[in-house]
Amino acid sequence: MAIEDDVLVIGGGIAGLSSAIAAAETGARTRLITHKQSTLGNASGLVDVLGYAPDDDTPRADPYDAIAQLPAEHPYSKVGADAVREGLALFDDAVGDRYRGSHSAANALVPTHAGSVKPTARYPRSTAPGLVSDDRDMLLVGIDSVTGFDAPMAADHLSAVGVPFDVRGETVRFPKSFPQDADVTRYARALDRDESVDDGTVREVLADRVEAVLEDERRVGFPAMLGDSRHEAVRTELQDRLGVDVFEVPTGPPSLPGLRLEDALYDAAEDAGVRITSGNPIVDFDADGGRVQQVLMDRLGSEVAYEAQQYVLATGGPVGGGIESDRDVVEESIFGLPVEHPEDRYEWFDDDVWGDHAYTEFGVSVDDDLRPVAGEEVQFENLRAAGNVIGGYDFATEKSGCGVSLATGYVAGSEAGELT
Amino acid sequence: MSKQAESETFDPVDLFPDATDMDLRPGVDKCDKNGNCETVCPVAEVNEDFPGPKFQGPEQWRLTRKGDIEFDESVDKCLNCMRCDTACTNDVPLGQMHNVARANYVKNQKNHASREYLRNKMLANYGTLGKLGSMMPRISNAVFGLGATRWLNEKLLGFPSERSFPDFATQTFRGWWSDRGGDATSAERAREAREARGETGVDKKIAFFHGCYANYHQTEVAKSMVRLYESLGYEIVVPEQSCCGTPMFANGMLDDARGVAEENVDTFGSLVEDGYDLVATCTSCSMALRKEYPELFDIDGVEEVASHMFDAVEYLRVNEDLEAELAGADVDFPAMTYHAPCHGEVMGVEGIVTELFADVDGVELDDTGDVCCGLAGTYGWKDEKYDDSMEIGAEMFEAFEEAPGEVALTECPMCSAQIEHGTGYEVRHPMELLETALVES
Repeated sequence: MAIEDDVLVIGGGIAGLSSAIAAAETGARTRLITHKQSTLGNASGLVDVLGYAPDDDTPRADPYDAIAQLPAEHPYSKVGADAVREGLALFDDAVGDRYRGSHSAANALVPTHAGSVKPTARYPRSTAPGLVSDDRDMLLVGIDSVTGFDAPMAADHLSAVGVPFDVRGETVRFPKSFPQDADVTRYARALDRDESVDDGTVREVLADRVEAVLEDERRVGFPAMLGDSRHEAVRTELQDRLGVDVFEVPTGPPSLPGLRLEDALYDAAEDAGVRITSGNPIVDFDADGGRVQQVLMDRLGSEVAYEAQQYVLATGGPVGGGIESDRDVVEESIFGLPVEHPEDRYEWFDDDVWGDHAYTEFGVSVDDDLRPVAGEEVQFENLRAAGNVIGGYDFATEKSGCGVSLATGYVAGSEAGELT
Repeated sequence: MSKQAESETFDPVDLFPDATDMDLRPGVDKCDKNGNCETVCPVAEVNEDFPGPKFQGPEQWRLTRKGDIEFDESVDKCLNCMRCDTACTNDVPLGQMHNVARANYVKNQKNHASREYLRNKMLANYGTLGKLGSMMPRISNAVFGLGATRWLNEKLLGFPSERSFPDFATQTFRGWWSDRGGDATSAERAREAREARGETGVDKKIAFFHGCYANYHQTEVAKSMVRLYESLGYEIVVPEQSCCGTPMFANGMLDDARGVAEENVDTFGSLVEDGYDLVATCTSCSMALRKEYPELFDIDGVEEVASHMFDAVEYLRVNEDLEAELAGADVDFPAMTYHAPCHGEVMGVEGIVTELFADVDGVELDDTGDVCCGLAGTYGWKDEKYDDSMEIGAEMFEAFEEAPGEVALTECPMCSAQIEHGTGYEVRHPMELLETALVES
């Protein structure tokens, strides 16, 4: 006997979560199935909509005005700019005051761990004092044993791109030592607990060491490791002790801003009444007359059926696992939906590492209701796609990953919910 | 050479074919060091010297390949919760690697004449200890309860004196089952229930893996399971069985574990062939048969046993319309707080209980959230690990304190021991709640 709901969302990233919240808000009984508990630990926590238009190296000031010029197969062209606004509104409701950026339609410019500047639509509160549009001088502080953030290098890169302020990088020792190669979570927890060390507590001594290298900068950026469960308290105390603004620069996995965002979105999904099932993958399905009847979960060797009236596929792209390939073919991994790709696999990528790789746009094609199609033909009338499983855009180059996920998640989830 | 010509003449081959038995290489190669496993490791959270799951798994494996570097003793501090498995986005089989590394360390490097080894051997083979204790339950309870025994246990064997041994039930579950008429009585009761439910001609039969704890200690859980399943028309068989092996895995005694796995796969494998599904009330038992056996042992029939093994709540959720069954129920139960055992999370069954009872009249059920209890089978029963065990548990104790419920609900007997120890709460099993809702009401 299948476990039944009105709407079933497959995938636990931003697209899946926003689909599930949107569906649940229509009153549909909604379940989200995610294979792994943690997917946003790999994400920066920044929420971009459109940083760059295709074939244009200039960051977009306004992400919305470029949407009308995108090619027809781009997911934004399918759902339209209003859906992007709705997706962002859903996000703003879900995360509340944890994020900044909703006051304006324009992109904010956030410094990255490598010292480049990323145009983004929403950013965590802990990142806000670091915006590049702010002309206050900046000190970046690296920790000598944290390899993911080289502050002097990041500062040099920022200066080289012409930011409107002076920026310096310094490296300090953390007040506690950890086994080699420790992840940032260890540092964050030590700051949470604020244990005693020689000459004070972890927060006190860190502040002292930074103060010793601080000149007249009015803001200080750290790698994103300023606390886990008590991160606001950690950042606030460092600000008070240093007498300047303190911010986090998003760093690589495991990314604390990504994990904090994940917690916030899961809490919002639970508050919306979404039923969450995690730990096992959906691997197969049954269909009848162009409708998905049920999907099958692989529970360590046994299959369990989940049934709904409407389904949303939000399993990600080639990296997330929603799109898979072998030597001969690229296709979607659960329903075997077709993915347009060159026949010769040597054309799937470019020899130049930074060149135009075809694989970055691999994904399913959809109609205006986000239903996967083969050619013009809708594959299943009750299946919609959301997020990076949809092809036709290169999120890494355009900086559009979260925006596409939110916009398509909003449309797929709310349409699926309204049909039940 | 042009790209086109190159593609015609050059076709790379798989260097490493898909995993064969115990070949960890394909799993190791999937690790990209993203560190998501580190963020969920309960030991790493409280013990800064513990190098964490990424080191214990892929990195130790690589380091020890040439045989001139020994396994790091820190692998002994891993508590086998397997939360890292649920966090890894690349499907690296971390739990499997930790089991293998721990077994290598214990077998080849640990002093087998030490007090610690002897104690771990006793803990690992708890099934035998439990069998002896349950032969004279009243005397065992009295002796284990003595202050002198606890003092001796700590000094001689390294059991923490803070903990009290679980009481033995005055009658084992197996004793109760046999007094009740065994498999034949169950078949009869199930047949009557199927008739009453209008399900004649339907085959509903399960084999019960009760494990050690439900047999010697929490016998009420096993009895509730029997009454509940029979009322839904399931006939139950309770074959002779060995310990599932979980305490052996956790103590690195993989040879002992292989022995019990072979016995259990033999027994339950033939029942699967006869059309039985397998059910356990303890999430560590079901996880051992479902996940650890096939990950670690190449035994004939191990995959069939694994794919037919279910958690007792999960099995009903999958095979019965429990929501409809519960729709009319009105249960008079005190407010409860549910704690999901780590091994339940690993199997993906952790949301079922709270979801099922969300709309049932008379049930108020909160959740402690995603936290490890810290006892982890035998881990918290070692005096050198007691402090870490309690520090890990602190977050769960706090969650119980904050939730309105005054009774705890969990599937795992070891979580329940830790909850009792840390909060003083009475602990019930979802089988008991379901029995109250569906059989008694």
